[in-house]
Amino acid sequence: MTSALADSPPIVSSGLTKRFRRQIAVDSIDLEVPAGAVYGFLGPNGSGKTTTIRMLLGLISPTAGEISLLGVQMPTAARDVLRRVGSLVEGPAFHPYLSGRANLGRLDAADRYSDPRTSRKRIDAALDRVGLLAAASKRYRAYSLGMRQRLAIATSLLMPRDLLVLDEPTNGLDPQGTREVRHLISDLASEGATVLVSSHLLAEVEQICTHVGVMYEGRLVAQGPLSELRASTVQTVRVDTDRPEDAARVLAELGLSEIASSTGYVTATLGDVAVEKIMPNLVNACVPVLGFAVLQPSLEDVFVSLTGEGFDVSG
Amino acid sequence: MSAAELLVVERPSRLRASTRFLRSELKIIFGRRRNIAGLGVLAAFPVILAVSVRLSPGQGGDPNFIGSITGNGLFVAFAALALELPLFLPLAVSAISGDSVAGEANLGTLRYLLAVPAGRTRLLVIKYTAIVIFALIATLIVALVGTIMGLALFGGGDMTLLSGTQASMADGVWRLFLSSLYLAAQFSALGAIGLFISTLTEQPIGATIAVLLVNVLMFILGTISQLDWLHPWLLTYWWTAFGDLLRDPMATESIQRGLITALVYAGVFWLAAWARLSTKDISS
Repeated sequence: MTSALADSPPIVSSGLTKRFRRQIAVDSIDLEVPAGAVYGFLGPNGSGKTTTIRMLLGLISPTAGEISLLGVQMPTAARDVLRRVGSLVEGPAFHPYLSGRANLGRLDAADRYSDPRTSRKRIDAALDRVGLLAAASKRYRAYSLGMRQRLAIATSLLMPRDLLVLDEPTNGLDPQGTREVRHLISDLASEGATVLVSSHLLAEVEQICTHVGVMYEGRLVAQGPLSELRASTVQTVRVDTDRPEDAARVLAELGLSEIASSTGYVTATLGDVAVEKIMPNLVNACVPVLGFAVLQPSLEDVFVSLTGEGFDVSG
Repeated sequence: MSAAELLVVERPSRLRASTRFLRSELKIIFGRRRNIAGLGVLAAFPVILAVSVRLSPGQGGDPNFIGSITGNGLFVAFAALALELPLFLPLAVSAISGDSVAGEANLGTLRYLLAVPAGRTRLLVIKYTAIVIFALIATLIVALVGTIMGLALFGGGDMTLLSGTQASMADGVWRLFLSSLYLAAQFSALGAIGLFISTLTEQPIGATIAVLLVNVLMFILGTISQLDWLHPWLLTYWWTAFGDLLRDPMATESIQRGLITALVYAGVFWLAAWARLSTKDISS
């Protein structure tokens, strides 16, 4: 696979905006998806993720702003770049009376570069990879929602790709299917592809993402490596001890806030206090420490701290 | 997802000139039961026509070639073409062309085709080529079934042309073939209107009805004598001119005007479809 060793990151947008009549669906976002990243593109339903993805793929044209895809300006160069991009946009869509295999064959036939001699082999390999080979000759209309979703993922596997843009790839899949898709994405990433995967289910992508971008009401409210994003939010420490009052006093002296003590443990917000100072101070004050932890905020916590709201549908 | 062995395929960097996409398009059109049934109806008409004339002989003097059928079976094909001209054949072309882009948009497959990327201009070229091929096949089926039924029930031999002169059987078949090509060109022009309308909507049935309405409207306008200044500009006005091919010598003036009109309609509406689709936001 020719890797995306271009100087510029695989996806860059600047001031990307889309306005539909009255509503601003995407409001001046600056995406940056670094090479090799698994970029979780997160946000509640209606936050502008799919509109952004459609703009990235040249399906709709931006009202303002620019997109560079694999180092080439969109949409001018869509013809040459898009074939290096595998995509899944807003759910599966196929001809109902054609089989899964015939549907992939049609998309392969539409590709000006694909080699007809390897077509059958590549199609079956893609079907096999998403676990659909056994149902390959069934009509699409007989597929379950999960099978349809798998077929849609298979379309992005017909060719080696440098970039995969997957919009809600686990929609409609059962827990087993969701796990399989997560593995597949990890595999593709380890083979060198950059992956942008959108989701409204935070926990689902949390496990596979290296980077995260959070959309909220059309704006990109945060973006960066997952670890940085977590660190930037409020971190909580937890001290397990049989003398919580004493521990709470020490933490207060150190300058931690929002201290809450209950039986057996104390929690407090870290603030600007260096984590490594806490243990020595507890020991010096002769507080028996049974356990100590800096609690990692979940993506949900990150999101709430960024938007001040829960992860619900935004209008 | 099973751990399938990795298929190592180099991503090809070479453009291929291939008819694969067009063949795929034709497979979709001709693989669809609805369309095959439609062609079946088109083909059934000359059968019904031939059988009914056979069963009730002695009613000469009918318009539209019917009166000539008993003289030469080849006229079944001409009569069938003339009788399917106002509705059946345009309906078939309307259904295919109205569905062409709107159908893909309706299914959502349009976004996946464009993400391949199939290319918007190329998609319209392929879609329109398929419509033209369909129009040709639909017309030829009517002519072919008409010929077979006619020859079976009424026999062949020399035929009397509209100008009263005699022509050989081979000459008659040649004239029938030219007539079919002429009509196929006319229906292809209608198909370009359909292609354009199909880019305006995500409802294939709505598009089909709209194309048919345009077709009927042109026919109606063509009957209003107060609008005779408009008539030469109507696509449908030239459709019946194929009868001129049954004169000796062939009267080609109307045929030429008809072909030019069809070409202009096809060009204008294909470009309109292109202008529409190339800038359209694909949000289906």
